Amino acid sequence: MIALLRRDLRLAIRAGGGFGLALAFFLIVVVLVPFGVGADMAVLGRVAAGVLWTGAILACLLSLDRMFALDFEDGSLELLVTSPLPTEGIVLAKAAAHWITTGLPLSLAAPVLGILLNLPPHGAVWMVISLLVGTPALSIIGAFGAALTVGIKRGGLLLSILVLPMYVPTLIFGAEVARRGSEGVALGSSLVMLCAISLLAVGLLPFAASKVLRINLK
Amino acid sequence: MTLVAKNIAVERGGRVILKDVNFTLQKGQALILRGHNGIGKTTLLRSLAGLQPFVTGQVDADMDTVAYASHADGVKSQLSVWENLEFWAQTYGTDLSDDVLESFDIADLKTRRAATLSSGQKRRLGLARLAVLPSKILLLDEPTISLDAASVRLFADFITAHLAKGGSALIATHIDLGLPDVEELDLSPFVTSADAPNDGFDEAFI
Amino acid sequence: MSIWEYANPLKFLNWTTKVLPWVAGCAAVCVSVGLIWGFFFTPDDYRQGSTVKIIYLHVPAALMAINAWLMMLVASLIWLVRRHHVSALAAKAAAPVGVVFTLVALFTGAIWGKPMWGAYWAWDPRLTSFLILFLFYLGYMALWSAIEDADTAADLTSVLCMVGSVFALLSRYAVNFWNQGLHQGTSVPVATGERTVADVFFVPLLISMVGFGLMFLALVLLRTQTEIRKRRAAALIARETT
Repeated sequence: MIALLRRDLRLAIRAGGGFGLALAFFLIVVVLVPFGVGADMAVLGRVAAGVLWTGAILACLLSLDRMFALDFEDGSLELLVTSPLPTEGIVLAKAAAHWITTGLPLSLAAPVLGILLNLPPHGAVWMVISLLVGTPALSIIGAFGAALTVGIKRGGLLLSILVLPMYVPTLIFGAEVARRGSEGVALGSSLVMLCAISLLAVGLLPFAASKVLRINLK
Repeated sequence: MTLVAKNIAVERGGRVILKDVNFTLQKGQALILRGHNGIGKTTLLRSLAGLQPFVTGQVDADMDTVAYASHADGVKSQLSVWENLEFWAQTYGTDLSDDVLESFDIADLKTRRAATLSSGQKRRLGLARLAVLPSKILLLDEPTISLDAASVRLFADFITAHLAKGGSALIATHIDLGLPDVEELDLSPFVTSADAPNDGFDEAFI
Repeated sequence: MSIWEYANPLKFLNWTTKVLPWVAGCAAVCVSVGLIWGFFFTPDDYRQGSTVKIIYLHVPAALMAINAWLMMLVASLIWLVRRHHVSALAAKAAAPVGVVFTLVALFTGAIWGKPMWGAYWAWDPRLTSFLILFLFYLGYMALWSAIEDADTAADLTSVLCMVGSVFALLSRYAVNFWNQGLHQGTSVPVATGERTVADVFFVPLLISMVGFGLMFLALVLLRTQTEIRKRRAAALIARETT
């Protein structure tokens, strides 16, 4: 599993834009928002948490369709599945590689982009926390979606349609943590729920994803 | 390290294409699958590798000792030759040595990106993966595609050495590999006829 | 004889062909009686006036929108466990029916919302949940149509239906949490389920709900028959060409 993770990270870096592409996309989305809603700093500050979370979710989608598709096309997915690695382990390693190349850099870049949107400093802290806790769920849900659509030519659009509705709970609780944090209101159960979603997704979805992966390889 | 197939049936596209397939693959033995295109050689190999279920029958073999190689090499073009093999060695928990590269005549290419290899070189890299694995039973689907005669001989040498070490191989191929005393398994007796009762999934609808 | 015998495709075609006219007839009668009674023979509500009458379309449609998804979930489980083809095809057949019910519920909700809340749309938890359910339906149907091999499609959509159910439920909870966080303490007028409906309104509503249920059943049976015939034709062609 570690070997697979290392290989995928290496591939992400060499293929160009492994780390950079999602970040650049995130930046562009955040820059576009003021053009749409106006430059009023008070308005921007109110929507900052939501915009950053939505931007992060869209940036996560970008590289999802390549998660299994590249290995599927060159045949290495079949070889991996017939190797001693458990299929669930393959899914986890792939999702982890996706998280390290998107979720993690997005979380760390969010406070910098927050400045553009008038996100208050203590809000930035909560922004990072909510993203760090929530983005693993995004990666593993995305892995499930990618496993579902791996056999489909041009499955990228379908993948978005399948995955985005499943992102709703994570988005709601994640943005809620960030928003409440920046407004200094009590968090309520939002952070607990966000953790629970991430843990449940990481614990259970690999089984569903590995089942669909095997069905798709049939 | 024997593989015994008992009365297995395999399906493709909702129809059973081969049934009552029986054979035994002994230790140190190579078995060549013969049959025309579309007879089900690939389907049979994929089923034996555990990628798709059998319709009926069973296979007695220790699945941990089985390795499968398909038409596609699974070579990552952004990785170097060495890195490609190293990954499989780590996945299977074995050591990688230069001997493997030499035996497939890719030692000079060790640090080259796989993207820059010719298709024959890529194929040799794909086959070299098999030498890295600790697996005893090899299921090979058209291993010699895009190999020249000299490379086919390298591959035959590898198989011979593998058999001598007590391994075995089930190979689907159309060419003569030049292996000493191999046995052939002709699949044509196992083909299901079009109008015979068929247990395939789609048949429930007829 | 086990009940599963009826799940054999040909047997299914036989018995559903006999049952279908009766189910469809009952559905037509119930829906007509429920709607006509509801629209023309019930008094206006003292608070909401005649706008309340949209309830006879809105509530049954919303009920069936959820029930259709539940039926798909059960059918998917049966397919995954027992591999009955009819089950998978019934789930496939139910999705477009369910999505139409969801749309009807959303549209009637919006029309009702205009006089009640002064806006066609409010991010009320219930409405939002239905919108999310609609998205799940879309994804489910898109996956069915994207995959060539019928059995692979059935497998994948079944797993999607199960995982999707969990996330739809989670979204329902999350939306509740999110909305309370925004407008604490506002009363939500759409909560029909909790409101005590007077008998004069309730009897036609009940008839209408039964009618919608039967209509769903009739449509799903008919669409399942079509799917079975489609598979049958494909299987015959496959046999001819091999």
